[in-house]
Parts: sequence; structure tokens; C-alpha cells
Amino acid sequence: MKSAFNKKYFTDLKKLKWAHNLKGLKKMPPIVLSRHDETDYIHSYGENSPFFAGLAHNEILGTRCRKCKTKFATPRLSCLQCGTDCNWFLLPKTGRIHSWTKCYFGGESFLKETPYFLILVEFKGVNSLLLSRLKGVKDEKHVEINMEVEAHFSKKPKYEITDLWFEKK
Amino acid sequence: MRPVYMISGGVSKFAKSRNRLTFQAMVKEAFSYAMRDCPKLQLEHIDGSIASYFSDHFQGQLMAGIMAHDYLGLCPKPSKRVEGGGATGGLCFQAAYEAVASGRMEVCVAFGFETMSRVRTWKGNELIALASDTNFDYPLGGFYTGYYAMMVVRHMHEFGTTVEQMAKVSVKNHTNALHNPYAQKPMMISVQDVLESPMVAYPLKRLDICLMSDGAACVILASEKAAKRFGKKDIRISGIGTGTDAMRLSDRPHGKVPLLAHESASDYRNMRYPGVHSCRAGRMAAIEAYQMAGIKNPLHDLSFVELHDAYTSSEIQTYEDLGLCKYGEGGMFIDSGAPEIGGTCPVNPSGGLLACGHPIGATGLMQAVFSFWQLQGSIREHFGSAKLQVRNPRRGLIHSHAGTGTYVTVSILERD
Repeated sequence: MKSAFNKKYFTDLKKLKWAHNLKGLKKMPPIVLSRHDETDYIHSYGENSPFFAGLAHNEILGTRCRKCKTKFATPRLSCLQCGTDCNWFLLPKTGRIHSWTKCYFGGESFLKETPYFLILVEFKGVNSLLLSRLKGVKDEKHVEINMEVEAHFSKKPKYEITDLWFEKK
Repeated sequence: MRPVYMISGGVSKFAKSRNRLTFQAMVKEAFSYAMRDCPKLQLEHIDGSIASYFSDHFQGQLMAGIMAHDYLGLCPKPSKRVEGGGATGGLCFQAAYEAVASGRMEVCVAFGFETMSRVRTWKGNELIALASDTNFDYPLGGFYTGYYAMMVVRHMHEFGTTVEQMAKVSVKNHTNALHNPYAQKPMMISVQDVLESPMVAYPLKRLDICLMSDGAACVILASEKAAKRFGKKDIRISGIGTGTDAMRLSDRPHGKVPLLAHESASDYRNMRYPGVHSCRAGRMAAIEAYQMAGIKNPLHDLSFVELHDAYTSSEIQTYEDLGLCKYGEGGMFIDSGAPEIGGTCPVNPSGGLLACGHPIGATGLMQAVFSFWQLQGSIREHFGSAKLQVRNPRRGLIHSHAGTGTYVTVSILERD
């Protein structure tokens, strides 16, 4: 497999010199090679699976603590406040921007998507937020905290969090 | 718990790439420096070690900790690894403290390292982002700078913090590092340079963000008896604290501020805390450490602070978490000049992560070593210049921080 690095990072093994002198070995430059690593995983959403099934049916599911009634926009089946089990409920499809950024870079596999907007969405009466992408906007001058946004869903769901995004309402 | 002393420390130069050495040899460089600086201490006096490194992905080697421990000649003595993201170094320091304070060890070595040069920068960013929820957060961008950008956008909205104030932090730390030979990227820069550097994630620019590094650091802690025996009973660890918060930024509550001794509830009547603008874990770590060390007013009781400035914005947030100023006043605090060398409480006199680099597992231990030298008054000896020496320091604070504020440690070092 061809390395993603420029070959200048690696030792030219054809030109590697052997000192024939044991005393000089501690000064030898390092041998630098390429190593490749690739793994396919079996990934399970476990108890969070209904959320991803919901996105495929144009619904956003949150959770609510059975005891202290805290409502979570990013689902968790165990309450952050009191550790009690939570139940599912349907979130509204509109919310407001709690915070945002425009990313000009990202993790390597996301670079092709740059620039992209990340937003934290707040929903009325819900105690926690939901991280998502904001689409349909190019200029950050048109984005601000408290701006109303509405949910959009992928027509070809991949059962990933990216099946959901928000656009300006 | 019994008193614990720091008796020596060493740092192996932080750089973009240190590929002339394996990670074990880098650790040994820092360890040998520490041993030379405490000549009465011999290998046989060391009871065990704690290893600090964050990512198995960067090292490409599982159980790397034992490989460094055996390289130092410490087998078959006890050792273990601690890991908690960016706070790994701080957690390692505290684990070594606990080993000595509990009476299990008389002398314990804490060593840390990271070899981040082995992958490309953006691959490195992707690997780091695996320390965010891989179901709900990571697939949206795999990018920590994006998360911190959202935190500071909210901080700006709540408190009026400005990009100029953030840039001042960058200028302070990069110029401090001009006198620190261990620093990866000392720079003489201006606020304008920071503001004109390339945008990475609004409003964070290239010069608002720390570097990826190779490097190692090592700290040696001892009981009172052992510290006396090795002639190094000067610097005591007088307080430790650790706070936590939910991994996901979106889960952070909006409640009340946990108060420090010098604050009152009326300071924060309308604040919804911590939200995404503040770090509850940092505040909780400070409360625990200050109680133990008897610190009532941190700004006046601390001679200096070495804190986890992975971003200029996180330095401003941390001023507030540590109570150097009130919540919302972090921007004004840098404007006031208080955290500059020669100010009321110099912050990151070493140059911090922004200029020294951030080889994750080594970073929190590097802070301990620089603070130890500050309190000893030996900065000239170790840096070759006394420009960064804080005058007559009595007490220093080190602060190590993981995730978007998930694990945070605060430790207090004090002249006895």
C-alpha cells in the first residue's frame, strides 16, 4: 500500500550506509519506514439504536429521566444528574442555535467537507443540547446565537448522526 | 495521608519530531536529568513508577508504559499506566502523589511521553477526536478545535470576550517561551500576527491553538523522610483536586456556580452554569485543591500558575474556573496584565502548551517540572537565563485538562 506521506519523510533504504565501525553506530541516523494500519469494526449503537432508527423516519428522539425529569436532547438512557433510567420522547423539529462555529479544517476524513458549520441546538423546555451541522448558509455573517433552525433528514439514511442536519428556518 | 515532596524533575525537549529516539529513550533522557539533579538518589531507592501517555494510536504500541519502565531499569518494581485524555499528565502526577501519601512507596517516579509526529497533522486531529462521543459527536467533523470554538463563541456571547483578548494570551505565552530552551515554538509575535493567522474554526486561528509534539517529562516524588535523606525537602505538594464532567459538550447542565471561598452567590445571580462556556470540572478541581492547601484567595495566595492552554480561549476560561477572576471577567483579566511575567500572578511563565508544545502524556508533568524549578529559584540553572524566574515564589498551581473539560486536575506545589 502506498503511504499517504511524502517519501521525504522516509529513509532511502537503497542509500543506507553501513559504517563498518562499531564505535560510530550511536551516531547513525534513524531508519524511518512507513507502516499502514486499517481496521473494519463491528459497531453497535446498543441501547441508543432507536435514535438512529428515528432519524430514518424523520423523527428526533430525546430521553427524559424517570425520576428527576431532566430532558436530554442528545439521548442517554441513564440520567446525568441522578443515574436513573430514562425513557424516550419525541423532540420538536425546530430549535435555536445555542452556539456555533465554521470549521475550515477537520479530522483527515472530514477535510473534503470543509468548510462546514457545527451548531449546538437548544430545544424549548429541554435541558441539554444536540450537536449537528448547519447547512444552506455560506457566510458566517448570517449565523448567530438564538437563530431559529429546523431539522432536515437524509432521504437515503445511513443510520449515522449525519442523517440529521439543520437549516435556517 | 502523609506529606509528599517533589524532589526532582526533568524534561526531554519538546519538538515537532524526535524520531532519532524511541519513546523509551526520550523518557530516559528526562529521567536521567532528574536523577542527575538529585545526586544522592540512586535507582535502588525508587519504589515504583506511574506511566502517563494518552493515545495507543499515536504510539502504535500497546503497553508502552512497561517498555519505558523496563528501559529505566525499574523492573520488577510496581508500575501502572494512568490515562485521562489531555489531563493524563496531571492524573499521573496525582497517582504518584497517592502512592507516596498512602505509605505504599517512599519514592515514586511519574513519567510521561507522546510521539505525535508519527501521523499527519489532520490524521492526528482525527485520532484525538476519538476522545469525543463516536456515535453523536465525532461523525460530524472529528475535530476538537471545532468543539472549543463553540465553547468560546458562547463565552463571547455571554461575557463579551473578544478575539483581541484571546490574541493577547497567544502573544504572552509565545514571547515568554523565547527564554525557555525546552519550548517547541517560541515566537516574537504581535496581536496583529495572531489575528491575521489562518482561520481554523471561527474564531480560533492558527496562533490560538497549541502544537502537536514529541517529548517526555519526568517527576520524582518522595515521603518527608526520603526527601530529607536525599537533601531535597523544599517543595511540598500541599493540595490536589480532580473534577469531572460529561464527555459530550451537549450534556453540560445549566445550573448554579460552585463557589470558591472568596466568592458569593450574588456574584452569579443570572448565570446558567457551566453551560458550554465554562468548565465545571476545573472549578471542582480547584475547590478540592484549595481546601486542602488552605487557599482562600487564589490570585493573592498563588505566586504563579502553569495551566492547560491548549487554546487561547481555554486559558481565559481557566482564569475563571481557578478563581483568578470572577466568571465572565477572563478577558479583562488578560487586559489587566495580571497574568504577565511581573504581573500579580504570572500565568504560563514557561510559555504553556501554546508555545512549549503538547506531547499529551508529558504535558502535565512538564508543568510540574517547570513549577518545581520556579519554586526552587533554579530557573537560571535549568533554562540558562533567569528571565522567566518568578520573584520569591511561595506557591504554584498546575492545571491539567482533558476533553472539553471532562477530567481536570489542579495540584498545588509549595515552598516548605
